[in-house]
Order: sequence, then C-alpha cells, then structure tokens
Amino acid sequence: MSGYLSGLIGILGINIIFAYSIYVTAATGQLNLGGAGFQAIGAYSCAVLSEMFGLSIPFLLLLSTIIGATVGFLIAFPILRTRGVYMVLATFAFAEIVAGVILNSDSLGGPTGLVLSDYIETDVIIWSTIGVVVFCFYLMSTRIGLAMRAVHDDEAVADLLGVNRRAVQVGAFAIGGALAGLSGGLYALYFGFVEAQYFNAFLSIFVLLYVLIGGTQTAWGALIGASFFTLVPELLRMGDDWRFFIFGVIIVVMMIWRPEGMVTRQAIDRITLKLFPVVRRHG
Amino acid sequence: MLKLENVDVRYGPVHAVKSVSLEVDEAQIVAVVGANGAGKSSLLRAVAGAEKINSGNISFDGRPVNRLAAPERVKQGITLVPEGRQIFVSMTVEENLLMGAYTQDQVQIRSGIEAIFDRFPNLASRRHSLASVLSGGEQQMLAIGRAMIARPRLMMLDEPSLGLSPILVNQLFELILELNRQGISILLVEQNTKMALQAAERGYVLELGAVRMEGKASDLAADKSLAEAYLGDE
Repeated sequence: MSGYLSGLIGILGINIIFAYSIYVTAATGQLNLGGAGFQAIGAYSCAVLSEMFGLSIPFLLLLSTIIGATVGFLIAFPILRTRGVYMVLATFAFAEIVAGVILNSDSLGGPTGLVLSDYIETDVIIWSTIGVVVFCFYLMSTRIGLAMRAVHDDEAVADLLGVNRRAVQVGAFAIGGALAGLSGGLYALYFGFVEAQYFNAFLSIFVLLYVLIGGTQTAWGALIGASFFTLVPELLRMGDDWRFFIFGVIIVVMMIWRPEGMVTRQAIDRITLKLFPVVRRHG
Repeated sequence: MLKLENVDVRYGPVHAVKSVSLEVDEAQIVAVVGANGAGKSSLLRAVAGAEKINSGNISFDGRPVNRLAAPERVKQGITLVPEGRQIFVSMTVEENLLMGAYTQDQVQIRSGIEAIFDRFPNLASRRHSLASVLSGGEQQMLAIGRAMIARPRLMMLDEPSLGLSPILVNQLFELILELNRQGISILLVEQNTKMALQAAERGYVLELGAVRMEGKASDLAADKSLAEAYLGDE
C-alpha cells in the first residue's frame, strides 16, 4: 500500500469512528456540536498516558475510550437540561472549554502540542473502524436501538411506552463520548502529534455535517457521510478552501432535495427490494 | 381498580386539575367529558405518570402508584393512547408495535404482534411501510394496537376520535367495546360526548379542572342542563 493511500485510509477510518460518535447521539435526537472536544480528550488522554506511563497500544486505546465515555456520561447531565438549539450551543461551548483548557495548560503542551513516541500502523485503524461500524449497526438493530429511535421521534410517547428516556439519552452521550475518545486515541497514535488547534470548531461542524448529510435514520448515514466527505475532496484534489465551497453547495442542495440525509430508510427499502425482489423482509 | 383521590395537577400558576376523585372498576368503561381546557388530558397524563401530581393519591389495584415512573406504570398494566395519535413516524408499522411491547417479555412479543395484525388487516399489509404513510384512521388503529400489545389492564384513550370520519369513529367505538369485553378497563376522554357516554357505564363531567358531575353515563346523557352546556342540543 502506498503511503498516500494508507494515509487516506487512516484518516478515513478515524473520521468514520468520529462520525459514529456523533451519530449515536443524533439518532437519539440530540445534536452534538462539540465533537472536537470529545475527540481532543481522547487524543490528549492517549498522548499523556503514553508519555507518562508507557502503556501498551491496546491499553492506551482502551483508556482513551473509557475516558471519553466517562466525560460523555458526566457532561450528559448538564447538557440534557437544554434542548434544541440550546443543546447545540451547550455542546459547542463544551468543546471550546476543552480547547481553552488545553491551550492554557503547560503540562498539556499548550499551543505547541504534544509529541508521542508510540505509534500505530493503518491496520489498527482499519480493524477498529470495522469493529465500530459492526457495533453501531448491531446497536441500532437491538431494542435499545429501537428505543433510541423512539426517543428521537417523540420523547414523550417513548416515555409513555415504558422507555427510560433519561437512560437512553445519557447512554447515547456515553457511547458517543467513548467512540470520540477512541477516534482521538487513534488520531494521536497515528499522527504521533496532537495540538489543540486541530480540534477546533470547524472539526466539530464538519463531523456533525457528515452525520446530518449522511442521514440519521439508519446506521448507514454516518458511514456514507464520513466516507463521502473524506474521499470526494481527495478525488477532486481540491484544497481546503474549495472544500468549504463544496460543503456549502452540498448542504444547500441537500436541504432542498433530501432533508433527511443521503441515506433514508425508504431508500434502503427500495434498494433491498431491487436486489431481493422475491424475499419478503422481516424485522 | 384505578382510584384517584383529590388529585391536583398544577403547571406553575395554572391549576389544571383540581382535587379530582375518580374511580374505574374492573372491566368498566368510564368516560371523562368536558370542554376544551377542562383538564381532561392532564388527568390522563397524571395517571400515566407523564405528569407529576401536586397532591392527592392515585392507586391501582389498591396500591399507590404516585411515585412510580411512567415505564413502571406500563408494567403494572396502565397504558395511555395519547392525543393526536402520536405514532413514531420514522419507524415502520411493525417497529411501532415493537415499541408498544417494549416492557414485555421478549418471547411473547411475536405472537402479540401477529394478534394485532390479525385484528387489523390494513396494518398487516403494510407492516414494513413507514407509519407516516398511513391514513389518519390507520394511524389511530396503530396507536391503539401499540397500546394493546403491552397487554394493558387499563387503557386510557385521549380523544381517540379526533379528526376521524364518522364511519371510522363508529369502528373505533366498536373496537373500544370489544377490548372492554375482553376484560380491559377503559378510561376514555372525549369531546364526542354523545358517543362516549353511550359507550361508557359511568361518566364524569370536568369543568375548569374540577369534577362538576358524575354518575351513570345514561343519566349524564339524559341530564338537561348538561345537554345544553356540553352535549349540544339536537
């Protein structure tokens, strides 16, 4: 595999895992515009633990995930007091606070960042990505996934039908935090360097757009959205400036034509019918 | 079976339910009627656990349920079909029913769902369609089917006839009577006072959050002053 290709696959995998961290909360009806903050926590946890304790790679990734999950769980309580656009602002503020703390902490390298001596090859990212994708598809097929979609559609009715709404919402934030933490850990180990400036507001916006434009109705959305927005700019060989332009155009077009995202449940039904016209779908 | 004693519900300064006492016996249909804003929906939501009560007592089978969260009350056998047929629009018909069975023993769910489809062939033929494509009447049937699948002992219906055509309203009331014959107690809130009092054994008239009259449904339906005030003289 050429260096360019493996580098592209590496960042694609990280983006997909990151997108699923946002997808899990979005599928439950909560918009998280603080993705970069959660990913930064994973990345810096990994960097600090690697330098201070010299832990093994699997252990570093596990701890990044656990720390991400813990932060997601704890932050869920204040954030769930807000809703709608205020929740978006609260998560955004959270990410800004994380970035602010890192920039002002000398022990975290401040604006100069941290260098890691541990590193991983692309295959670790590939296997992690496969694991996360399988996990998310499985999660959405269980009754917990069903409950998440019910809370997304109508919190009050889900409650009436016996769903513990609070637990579902907090759980979604914890899982989202875990996946963002994992993606941050992978990022740190893959690039061997973390700096606060990378985990900025644009990153939060992009990852949320991957998910919203990919579609939140099915677990395909995050996979397709993250892949599309990672690969298309590469294929077009465009600089970052043009990426914003493309984003803008695509967002406007999507809002008009497919407000539910690229992948909708109806689209999947249609494809399934086309591919397996005789088989009757169950479940 | 269900007993409310002096239940109060307040939303800030608004006193939506004022010291309401109400009873539903085993396998009985009880109607709660009254004008818009009389506190009917708040009353049902309080029984379902979706609304906190400020004072009073709600008991089910002689045991207080005041402190139980909504999911616990579903497990006890209390379900509410909310106003405006609030089905899950991004889910298929079958998934909506699965949600109704959320608190159920997983093994029983399949047979429960098939039983609902036997009863509502319209829904069966669209089991994998999105619920949002159903007609208004079908959505109401789905909402009731979703409540039935939790095997309730008390089903509360909030304005089930809202927005349905007269034929569908008749079908709906037949269904309610049939459920009742199977032993399910029904607490029915309706603007369609005439139909509701015909179906029910007992009735309560709510006015500005308080019980103004109560008694046998046929007596209430025959009451002159009530007829003029609420039922629309025909």
